[in-house]
Amino acid sequence: MTTAAQKSRAVLFIIHHSSFRIDVITTVSTATSPSITYKVPRRRHPLLQFVVQQPLGAAGLAVIVIMAVCAVFAPWVAPYDPLTVDYAMMLAAPSWEHWLGTDSFGRDVLSRIIYGARTALAVGFLASFIGSTVGAIIGVVSAYFGGRIDLFIQRVLDVLLSFPIIVLAITVVAVLGKNLVLGVDINLVIAIGLPMMPKVARVVRASALAIRELPYIDAARTAGFSDARIIFRHMAPNVVAPYLIMVTAFVAQAILAEASLSFLGLGVTEPTASWGLMLSGAAADFYQQAPWMIVFPGIAISMAVFAFNLFGDSLRDWLDPKIKL
Amino acid sequence: MDQPTASIAPRDASPGSPWLLEVQDLHVHFVTTRGVVRAVEGISYTVSRGEVVALVGESGCGKSVSSLAIMRLLAKPAGRIVSGRILFEGRDLLELSEEQMREIRGRDIAMIFQEPMTSLNPVLTIGFQIMEPLMIHLAMDTTAARKRANELLRMVGIPDADRRLDQYPHQFSGGMRQRVMIAIGLSCNPKLLIADEPTTALDVTIQAQILKLMKDLSRDLGIAMVIITHNLGVVARYADRVNVMYAARMTEQATARELFSRPLHPYTAGLLRSVPRLDRPRGAKLETIEGTPPNLLDPPEGCRFAPRCPAKIPESEEGPPPMVEVERGHYSRCVRAFEMARVGPEGLGLARASRELPAPKQIDRTAPILSVRGLKTYFEVATGFKALSSRRSVVRAVDGLTFNVFRGETLGLVGESGCGKTTVGRTLLRLENATEGQIAFRGRDVTCSRGEDLKRYRREMQVIFQDPYSSLNPRMTIGAIIAEPLRVYKLQPNRAAARAKVMDLLTQVGLFEYMAERYPHELSGGQRQRVGIARALAMQPSFIVCDEPVSALDVSIQAQIINLLEELQKKFALTYLFIAHDLAVVRHISDRVIVMYLGRAMEIAERDALYSTPLHPYTRALLDAVPIPDPELESRRAYKVLGGEVPSPLDPPRGCVFHTRCPLASEECKMQVPELREIRPGHYAACIKV
Repeated sequence: MTTAAQKSRAVLFIIHHSSFRIDVITTVSTATSPSITYKVPRRRHPLLQFVVQQPLGAAGLAVIVIMAVCAVFAPWVAPYDPLTVDYAMMLAAPSWEHWLGTDSFGRDVLSRIIYGARTALAVGFLASFIGSTVGAIIGVVSAYFGGRIDLFIQRVLDVLLSFPIIVLAITVVAVLGKNLVLGVDINLVIAIGLPMMPKVARVVRASALAIRELPYIDAARTAGFSDARIIFRHMAPNVVAPYLIMVTAFVAQAILAEASLSFLGLGVTEPTASWGLMLSGAAADFYQQAPWMIVFPGIAISMAVFAFNLFGDSLRDWLDPKIKL
Repeated sequence: MDQPTASIAPRDASPGSPWLLEVQDLHVHFVTTRGVVRAVEGISYTVSRGEVVALVGESGCGKSVSSLAIMRLLAKPAGRIVSGRILFEGRDLLELSEEQMREIRGRDIAMIFQEPMTSLNPVLTIGFQIMEPLMIHLAMDTTAARKRANELLRMVGIPDADRRLDQYPHQFSGGMRQRVMIAIGLSCNPKLLIADEPTTALDVTIQAQILKLMKDLSRDLGIAMVIITHNLGVVARYADRVNVMYAARMTEQATARELFSRPLHPYTAGLLRSVPRLDRPRGAKLETIEGTPPNLLDPPEGCRFAPRCPAKIPESEEGPPPMVEVERGHYSRCVRAFEMARVGPEGLGLARASRELPAPKQIDRTAPILSVRGLKTYFEVATGFKALSSRRSVVRAVDGLTFNVFRGETLGLVGESGCGKTTVGRTLLRLENATEGQIAFRGRDVTCSRGEDLKRYRREMQVIFQDPYSSLNPRMTIGAIIAEPLRVYKLQPNRAAARAKVMDLLTQVGLFEYMAERYPHELSGGQRQRVGIARALAMQPSFIVCDEPVSALDVSIQAQIINLLEELQKKFALTYLFIAHDLAVVRHISDRVIVMYLGRAMEIAERDALYSTPLHPYTRALLDAVPIPDPELESRRAYKVLGGEVPSPLDPPRGCVFHTRCPLASEECKMQVPELREIRPGHYAACIKV
């Protein structure tokens, strides 16, 4: 049935294949008729491709990487211990000793911001990851079963969606209280992740509905595979793109939510360093004397949120121009 | 690697040349990240006034790209016309400004695309879309344009034109939309109409209507046409001259009669032989062109067809063969063209399709393996504003179907789109639930079985889908796809045995073991279809539902898959339900055939009885509508084009569902639903007139 020709030329060329991105141009001469010189776009490493096509997103990614490095290596990066109280240095203005000044307890603001990145990223990533993953699973399950199950799940999600993130989060925190696991308040993570879950479920369900109609899902059903197998082995891997996009986009919101909750006194509590916490409490009393106490944590929050939003948007455009949040 | 392929095709480009369109040595390249794709390499052809010229070739051969190049509509910046000239009435279109080109598009050269469902704008009325070019190109005012639009709709055979002008595309059927596209194309009285696969998306009876319409219009209005198609029957019925393309190059040019009676290129000869035909008895096996078309990123150095050509000689692979005029007006790009003209294709070792009859099959007629009684599958749909209320309409996709399938046989199921043939398959596979009726497999009722019973049934009953692109999970390797059922059902004792079984299955379906690590997108359409077959075989089923398994494939690949299916049937004693719309393919592979229309069986008979003496008027109309790839025969054939369209299954006609289109219909037919009667032994028809 087959020949060597089939072996060597196994792949029929398909123009418009998604991996045909045109980026940087190099010069190559072709040997075929008519002999002309071509500017052939070169295939590059995907990361480099992303940098060239989405410069803003790359800038966002750079900020995220810097933040992550600071968070992971905080003890080495930070000039002081964020918890060391130094009454001699209370409310010191920015200087060579304390670049961003000190707070009302004489703690180094820069060090607290660097340690605060730990809290922000840990809570942000965990909340976004847990919320999105649960949401994605619910979305795929809802799409796969359809009918009454789908209707029921969607109405429950509607109810959850009708609460603003912060209101829902406050309620959950108020009900569950604190539960520290490895230094991270797991209940805080759940409180922030819960409002994100229905949004991800919606988007993933839409993609999954389209996939459910494809013949390879029918093929799996006719093979008599179990529902769980079809959902996790056949459908889930095919909704990874929208899922990834949602995860990154929601990290920003989660960081903001953590800061807001901490500001309101419902999230991270003293003396742990948290950006939101740095804005509240004593800072409110001293902001006229020592504006650096609130200006720099504020900038840190804004930059983190901005960086994640930029990166999330670019990733969305880059991975799949069809998906809009 | 090769010289500029100077073509010796006719090229007297003097002003006032007889040609309306003259394409000279056209080269189109696509620059991609994987390299340069030379999509069109030095093609030349001519079209004279009022002539119908066909451009034939398989997908990816460059036929559509070359016609987009004429319109200068290539996707930028990747696609570029590298060299060549496109003379239209003596003017080189490639030298015109974008502004001048826009005046020609739609005015002098019009284009019709393949997909009638997406080539009309859904938010604009049909009237507006026909009037738009009139107002832009001919500066007509609204009244004059509307009058002309009205005329045009009547010309393309759309009744009640005035009312229809104010309707939107979704109110038109596929065939009607293609008529509207033709009306738009004709609106400014173009001199040339380029039709890119104009009927590929349509049913046979509608295809016959549209092609007849185009041919008549071309003759009456003197419009030249370029028809781009892969369907050789269409070419034989309608084209005056034919250009055959293969892998970006022109391979053969001749008049339709010459080309079909005396092909002078092995590729053309192979194509003509690999199509199952209605006018010839079936041989034991379809002849195939082995292999697949070359990857245009890395094409073979010599003749593009050489790697697949049984008649190749060392010279074929040395360099690109020149286009030579073998006989007057008959050009071929083959080093052995003259020899082929002298000794014929057989003389070059291109064997004729074997005429011997296939070995008789082992069909056990005692008890049916599958027995279907009064099967009905209805769907509830919300239509229009009813979506807001609780009232639902019912689509009767399958409406009372009774048949048996015997062990080892192939039962063909043919019909036009929307007749419910796919739903029958899906209901048998239990992907849809039957509304009424009974499905019995090996004597056990499986209509409502669940759990372990259903699992057992599903291991016996497998499926091969139409679309090789979406029927494989893109995130799994070929090996994982085939191994999955083996693992889930523990059909093999251990991993090594499962792996060996996967390799065995790959070989069985004509693939290579190294492909197990590949992902579906790395394979061609034909290869993916083979993977689909291997996946079905992995379950060791006894019954396979083949749902249009070859209709998405190219002609040369189609024959390979059909042969493979037949081979596997013999080897594993399989029973097939073969669902298809292509009557010739069904005839080739089936032992018995069911003809369906609007959810009902019109006729059930042994293959030969059905095709030689069809009883039902619908079967006769279907057979008439299929063009035969032989212009001689086609010109002598007095085919009648079946008018009208398939009614909506939401609101099927009362009585006999076919009476709205039936040439024999009378008042009686509207009164009662005709039962399927045994007219001759084993030959059933549902018509009161036979």
